[in-house]
Amino acid sequence: MASLDELKLQGRRVTEHGPWPRLVVDAAHWSRATLELVAGRWSLLSLWGEADTVHMAMLEPQLGEAVVISLPCPSGSFPSVGMLHPPALRLERTIHDLFGLVPEGSPDPRPWLDRDQWGVRFPLGPRLPPSAPRGYQMLPVEGEGLHQIAVGPVHAGIIEPGHFRFTANGETVVRLEERLGYVHKGIDGLLIGADLERGAQLAGRVSGDSTVAYAIAFARAAEAALGITVPPRALWLRALCAELERLANHLGDIGGVCNDVAFALMLSHCSVLRENVLRAAERAFGHRLMRDVVVPGGVARDLDDTGKGSIRQMAKTVRQRFPELIELYDETASLQDRTVTTGRLSAELAQQYAAGGYVGRASGRDFDARRDLAYPPYDQLRFKVPVLSEGDVNARVWIRIREVKQSIGLIEQMLSELPDGEWRVPLPATLAPAEGVALVEGFRGDVLAWLRLKDGVIARCHLRDPSWFQWPLLEAAIEGNIVADFPVCNKSFNCSYSGVDL
Amino acid sequence: MRKLLFESLFQRPFTEAAPSLDDAAVAEIATALGERARRKLGRSLSIREVDAGSCNGCELEIHALSNPYYDIDRFGLRFVASPRHADVLLVTGPVTKNMADALKATYDATPSPKWVVALGDCAKDGGCFAGSYAVVGGVAQVIPVDLHIPGCPPPPLQILKGLLALLDQAASAPAPR
Repeated sequence: MASLDELKLQGRRVTEHGPWPRLVVDAAHWSRATLELVAGRWSLLSLWGEADTVHMAMLEPQLGEAVVISLPCPSGSFPSVGMLHPPALRLERTIHDLFGLVPEGSPDPRPWLDRDQWGVRFPLGPRLPPSAPRGYQMLPVEGEGLHQIAVGPVHAGIIEPGHFRFTANGETVVRLEERLGYVHKGIDGLLIGADLERGAQLAGRVSGDSTVAYAIAFARAAEAALGITVPPRALWLRALCAELERLANHLGDIGGVCNDVAFALMLSHCSVLRENVLRAAERAFGHRLMRDVVVPGGVARDLDDTGKGSIRQMAKTVRQRFPELIELYDETASLQDRTVTTGRLSAELAQQYAAGGYVGRASGRDFDARRDLAYPPYDQLRFKVPVLSEGDVNARVWIRIREVKQSIGLIEQMLSELPDGEWRVPLPATLAPAEGVALVEGFRGDVLAWLRLKDGVIARCHLRDPSWFQWPLLEAAIEGNIVADFPVCNKSFNCSYSGVDL
Repeated sequence: MRKLLFESLFQRPFTEAAPSLDDAAVAEIATALGERARRKLGRSLSIREVDAGSCNGCELEIHALSNPYYDIDRFGLRFVASPRHADVLLVTGPVTKNMADALKATYDATPSPKWVVALGDCAKDGGCFAGSYAVVGGVAQVIPVDLHIPGCPPPPLQILKGLLALLDQAASAPAPR
């Protein structure tokens, strides 16, 4: 079994699933698929559970082809993927916490999201009464002259909560272990039984900085399930929102990284540009973060000439002012001293974890869902996907710098070539089971949405943030760096806490 | 860098450069807020932000308060790194069960007198996350709240307005905690 085409010949194909095939397989095929992930021929897109089934989405990057395989688990267990392919570990621990399904052979049976606070175990599965508090063992660290530094969940800055356990030898970090899950809101549970409108609302609140990307992924999955076609104008307006979101976040991040090495001037200038983007977004779409603008069936509001004018003006301002900021970044030796060679992530790890966004692209992983899956309107737009190989903080900044330019170019193209016509279609009332999946490029990387509709409501919806495959790499990237460089490494990754805690 | 700094010397500040109604309101509210803070707490009001389960949307807008357009620092309002230094806890999120203990500990670590501002729709009653097994449902369920600022997320201007309202309330409150 070397290609997805061969895999597709095996298992039972679920006809109501689109646009990628979904195959119900047996444990042997499941394990063989795992070996393909290990061999690096396919990339793991996601792994999620249901009461009695586990699903795994995989991508064959060269062909841009993807597939979902499903393994029924009547006995409540499934062969661990993480046992051989570590990127799956946290996803498996989540499946166990939420559904009670056991990944057989997993080297890490510790809970991930569940910290005995919910008043129920396996809330989306058998819903058992809570057990006695289990405690949590951080991984053992051995060696001479080591000490530990515990940070969080409440941090010093205005950021999301999470716990970081550093083991250091003097100033040098020997190991970082993350413990997340603090902002687990139970979104998977809230989505069960929700209608599409509420589903879109929740999807747009999985990770606030990626509200547009999530809304698009959710809408595309829903539309694939319902088999409806969205008018071109809506697709273009969605992409316009997505590029505004990318632009705003990248500008904020470039400033933030510089600020974390005490170069506040860049933050000030970048945050002015970011504010310009948000104000233009508000004038054009009625909300600074463009929340609830993208809905299944199209977009919730049209773009008028005033809105177009605001965006055009903003694009012009960024185009004018951004080059001097790049120059400032590039020519300040004290800044380069902190970002170059800091927090290096190897190409092998980026590849193994199928790390999306700037994290992957700064370490040589040449993937962008906009180009490689070419979903509309990106198939009709001209843009480049920057890739670097250094894998350090500096490279992650440069990927963002280049993507800012690409996004400005895309925004200008879309404004001048925006198709006329309808921007929203009504959704058909379907009671039959229908399933859809979508992969959408957010600013941070590819966001996956999968859902099953039944009796007109969501029977199960899974939303996978790009951070699932980036957080573990931060642990690797910080190794050998000094503790004081952690904030800048962390900011250069800028992983979402809410996105993975759900 | 010298060129950029030199230009900044001659450039008008961003706060004044944008003459829209919004910016005028920002200046007005922030000035009023600054004077009240001074009367009540001397020179400054120190704010400690706690994310108790937000989607990070509120955090983005709190960050925006520090950009040159709003420049909250110039009025003596500043975000501090520790609850030990804080007068105000600015809390976001529906309060997840996994964060409830940490929020309570942060509150206990804040010296009196102290105020709590719940920020965003879900900080009020759980918002769209209410009813989940993993959510407590509103900041007031865990610690006493003095003021709620609505919005999803509230834009920076709205947050400034809210802090003003807090100071009004604090001025008339009989005994601060």
